[in-house]
Amino acid sequence: MANDTSKNRKAILVTPEACIGCRACQVACKSWNQLPAIKTTNNGTYQNPPDLASAAYNIIQYSEVPFKENLVRWLFLSRRCMHCEDAGCVTICPSGALYKTAEGAVAFDRDKCIGCKLCVTACPFDVPRYDGEGKVTKCHLCFDRIANGMDPACVKTCPTGALKYGDRAELIDTAKKEGYTTLYGENDLHGLGSVYAFKEEPKLYGMKENPAIPSSVVFWHNYLKPLSLIGLGGVVAAAAVHYLAIGPHKEKEEEV
Amino acid sequence: MTNHWIDLKNADVILAMGGNPASNHPISMKWIMRAQEKGAKLICVDPRFSQTAAKADLYAPLRSGTDIAFLGGMIRYILENNLYFKEYIVNYTNASFLVNPDFKGPADLDGLYSGYNEEKRKYDKSSWSFQKDEEGIVLKDPSLEDPNCVFQLLRKQYDRYLPEKVSNITGTPLDKLLEVYKVYGSTGTPDRVGTECYAMGWTQHTVGTQNIRAMAIIQLLLGNVGMPGGGVNALRGESNVQGSTDYGILFHILPGYLPTPNASLVDLATYIDKTTPKTKEKGSLNWWSNRGKYITSYLKAVYGEAATKENDFGYPWLPKLDVGVNASWLMIFDKMLKGDFDGFFAWGQNPACSGANSNKTRVAMTKLKWLVNVNLFDNETASFWRGPGMNPKDIQTEVFMLPCCSFLEKEGSITNSGRMGQWRYKAVDPIGQSMPDGEIINDLYFKVRELYRQEGGANPDPIVNLSWEYGDKDAAGKVKHIDIHAVAKEINGYYLEDVYDNKATPPKLVGKKGDLVGSFALLRDDGSTSSGNWLYCNSYVTKEGKPVNMMARRGKDDPTGLGLFSGWAWTWPVNRRIIYNRASVDLQGQPWDPKRPLLKWDAESKKWLGDVPDGGAPPMGISGGLPFIMKPDGIASIFGPGLAEGPFPEHYEALECPLEVNSMSKQRINPTILIFGDEMDAFFSCDLRYPFVCTTYRVSEHWQTGCMTRHCSWLLEMQPQNFVELSFELAKELGLNNGDTVVVSSGRGEVKAVAMVSERFKPFRIENSTVHQVGLPWHFGWQFPEDGSGYDSANLLTPNVGDANTMIPESKAFMVNVRKA
Amino acid sequence: MGVSRRGFMKLTGSSVLLASLGVNLDPAKAYARDLRIKNAKQTTTICPYCSVGCGIMVYAENGKVINTEGDPDHPISEGTLCSKGASVYQLPNNETRVKKPLYREPGATAWKEVEWDWALDRIAKLVKESRDKNFKPFSTVKVKETQPDGSVIEVEKEVPVNRLESIAHVGSAALDNEECYLLQKLVRSWGLVYVEHQARI
Repeated sequence: MANDTSKNRKAILVTPEACIGCRACQVACKSWNQLPAIKTTNNGTYQNPPDLASAAYNIIQYSEVPFKENLVRWLFLSRRCMHCEDAGCVTICPSGALYKTAEGAVAFDRDKCIGCKLCVTACPFDVPRYDGEGKVTKCHLCFDRIANGMDPACVKTCPTGALKYGDRAELIDTAKKEGYTTLYGENDLHGLGSVYAFKEEPKLYGMKENPAIPSSVVFWHNYLKPLSLIGLGGVVAAAAVHYLAIGPHKEKEEEV
Repeated sequence: MTNHWIDLKNADVILAMGGNPASNHPISMKWIMRAQEKGAKLICVDPRFSQTAAKADLYAPLRSGTDIAFLGGMIRYILENNLYFKEYIVNYTNASFLVNPDFKGPADLDGLYSGYNEEKRKYDKSSWSFQKDEEGIVLKDPSLEDPNCVFQLLRKQYDRYLPEKVSNITGTPLDKLLEVYKVYGSTGTPDRVGTECYAMGWTQHTVGTQNIRAMAIIQLLLGNVGMPGGGVNALRGESNVQGSTDYGILFHILPGYLPTPNASLVDLATYIDKTTPKTKEKGSLNWWSNRGKYITSYLKAVYGEAATKENDFGYPWLPKLDVGVNASWLMIFDKMLKGDFDGFFAWGQNPACSGANSNKTRVAMTKLKWLVNVNLFDNETASFWRGPGMNPKDIQTEVFMLPCCSFLEKEGSITNSGRMGQWRYKAVDPIGQSMPDGEIINDLYFKVRELYRQEGGANPDPIVNLSWEYGDKDAAGKVKHIDIHAVAKEINGYYLEDVYDNKATPPKLVGKKGDLVGSFALLRDDGSTSSGNWLYCNSYVTKEGKPVNMMARRGKDDPTGLGLFSGWAWTWPVNRRIIYNRASVDLQGQPWDPKRPLLKWDAESKKWLGDVPDGGAPPMGISGGLPFIMKPDGIASIFGPGLAEGPFPEHYEALECPLEVNSMSKQRINPTILIFGDEMDAFFSCDLRYPFVCTTYRVSEHWQTGCMTRHCSWLLEMQPQNFVELSFELAKELGLNNGDTVVVSSGRGEVKAVAMVSERFKPFRIENSTVHQVGLPWHFGWQFPEDGSGYDSANLLTPNVGDANTMIPESKAFMVNVRKA
Repeated sequence: MGVSRRGFMKLTGSSVLLASLGVNLDPAKAYARDLRIKNAKQTTTICPYCSVGCGIMVYAENGKVINTEGDPDHPISEGTLCSKGASVYQLPNNETRVKKPLYREPGATAWKEVEWDWALDRIAKLVKESRDKNFKPFSTVKVKETQPDGSVIEVEKEVPVNRLESIAHVGSAALDNEECYLLQKLVRSWGLVYVEHQARI
């Protein structure tokens, strides 16, 4: 596993201030990853799909916040997998389906996924989703593209540089030099692979404060994960881990 | 666009008013934000806090339809505070021209200009003229002090546009209004440049043309026209609406903006004489004096060898309307409703959703004997007979839905808003049996021609004499497949014989028979050259004996650093990237701003460096050559007598408005608009049934009527349904919650929408009362998604009344009501 | 619950089984896959939506478009695209495209598929019918004429107008320049004067 001091760790730098809400990122992701469209309705907001979904690896979150100058501010935030250095999902995944790439991306191998949904509970950012066949899906930082020297699809298409991809340390350094005072994710969970550059409090944009992996997940994982790969087969063991760590499965309903 | 997309990065101030670049031209924001990174200010003026507003340094709301009041106030502010660029306006505009003393304006005549005929709703413009000496040269006062000079008349008209009064009309808070004036007014110095980005937010009004005129006046006062980072920039709505306009698919123009002939222009000589502007101004190139060369070369391209000197180059074959007949969009559907048309082609267009007052359009189509729709997808036009409220059994229209292929399945060029013609290559064969539009045209051409050849009929000459040499022919004489390059070359034009410069001794060969003409300056009026569109002459040239497609070039050099990229593709005219660029230099030909060296006269080599200059003459201070070569007088018009409603813009309310009185004058609406008066043309002002101002707009994820984008499921996912945006205050009044399904209604129709209650709309304070505004996108239609879940078109609401000059409908300011569904 | 071996494989995924048998899989190497566009034919084009004119790279394989994305060499868009520009993959790959000409008879309640030749023959015939019936070769205009004595009088004169007012045409900004040129050439040869398109609205 790569560590956060690794020189070649890559990252996406999200600069919400530069985002114009055009949602090219949402489409470019679908196009490259050949994801199906989701049947949606308008719920009184531009935000659609309303949340990350098995066929929506990233979304733009729209929020209106009061502002004395213009009465309102309209904020656009790209939500996606944070590609944590200390990735709870990878840690707890009993089958090895979730893994870290050489670039530091958290990717997944669909074939390995046993559908246990442990990753869902282990994620502080509510990212992993399950597709119609019960397999984990989420942003994998276009691991195939980056391994071939290309930018992730969302980054490449972004018209205004609100999404940038590159050496993590360099991106953070440049953002600081450009006057971004808060680099969300610089140190959280040993450093996120999706770093957000702000000049304001991240919570204004709805960023989660002090993200952490639930301690119960970590604890039970340490004891029980080794069992999962022996003898019984993953599914049964994972169900046990799930039950002990979190309780009975509560399926998150999703329209696909 | 006078300028181009990348050039936005060179601005100090960008005014987005009448357009919403962040939503509708997202890539433009790449360049606007690069300007901002260097300290430029983005100002957004919009009824609604848009995506552009979200990125703006300064946002000012205004009520839809009050742009002239807003801009008129800015003109006053610029004059009042001496922010104008005097050297520029004295030399490069008609500010110093003396106007006929009989001319009277709204300040004298309570909102009208001299010469108004109420009955005809038209002006006699004879007093809107300049004073001239015996030679016919306009009298001028370079001191700009004569009370009859354009500059002083401008001051007189806009003295009435006091900030408080403007704020009362527009609803813009006074402090915001003044801040916009101050920031934009700062660009009147040689080292600061401002640019304007507009779109349908300015054109779709009964005063649309005058909205743009008002901005053009501001840009001239500030010396921003011709400058890198300046100009007046139409952000056009479709990938090739610039090109399709350049190619004259409009009733009033032929390709290259040559006016269509009318019945009174009885022969070619009369056409050339009457349509060529005349001037006595010394130093004016008056480019349109080349009209004869362009129309003759066009006729040679269209009729080929059949066009001869003896038959007036086929001029009689061109169709001609009677004098004064307007055959524009709204007239078409008015006539269609009256049953005047047998047949109708809706080619790559979805009028059942795109035109104003869609109910009228849709009913009008039921009166047709036949309709041909060419499109990628079935749509509300092709399927009008099975639409809401229609009983197919009662509709006797024969309908054809012809599937064309997408842009990925064919080859050809399109022209962007920056006038850049770019080549597109074919990636795959057409899907299914779909065909490129060009092939459908080819088939129709051949089939109709064959019928006339075989059967005869009403004057077959214009048909059988059409030149159609676009590739190999089959045994029957049909072009098997259109060679698009052959078309592109015909458009550029050929030397049809060896052409000599006879002024040289001995005469010098200028062009060899069969070669492509290198520039429109080389076209002839004697039939020795052809050019399907003179503006595109230079787009496909002969270099070293070989044809070179300039539009396919991929050069990446940018020596000035201004982003001209002159080696990338090709821009009309003659690859000029910024038009009116001679106004970017002083009288000695040196850039007004040395940091923006768009053009520069090199005294040593006696050459212009930089962009392709607007005419090659040496600087005005040396040659006397005036900079605005397309204008008859060689200078830009602050006083513009060509327009229907006045030489200066004056604020009038929209046809449907919330005010009984226009506080600027007793003239409430544009006095020269055509008002249709039949049952389906209803309109209601100050009517309690329709109390809210409404506008329409687009979203990033859809395009136009949505005919293409609703069929792209990734886009539909993000914007699946019609919605109406409204303020919290109005929602409370109406008892609506965010996400409720509502019905928006106007005097012409109604449409369902999801209520989007937002802080981004705020009630306006207008003349001491509260005026609510709402807005909705116009991308949806009943036909797809097939379950009707997207609802229908916002154009069911819009009024079929047009701008007095262009007849573009007023889709951006009208009155509605909103109720819970 | 009886689980067949085949079923078990499907349930757990074969890689899990391999891992549990002690096979070493270095994940970074195992899943770094080839680019799916590796062998595709590339062409460039320009976006069909708004008028910025952004560059698009098209990747095609076996006659099918398999990917579209921004053209990095394009000086305006620099490889970027907005949501619409990023979606053009769905234009050639779209189940709802009309793939054959459709025809609706007067009074009919549904479309039927027809052959191109039949449809275009029929349209050509309808154009000719309407043109032959309604074509206006001449119109009367008032023109000023100088008399032998030098005086100028207004006289009525019959002049060729060669127009057809019974067919209207709209469109299109969605066509290429060359097609626009051909189209205006064609409809004007028939005599059409009610010719308009998107620029008017």
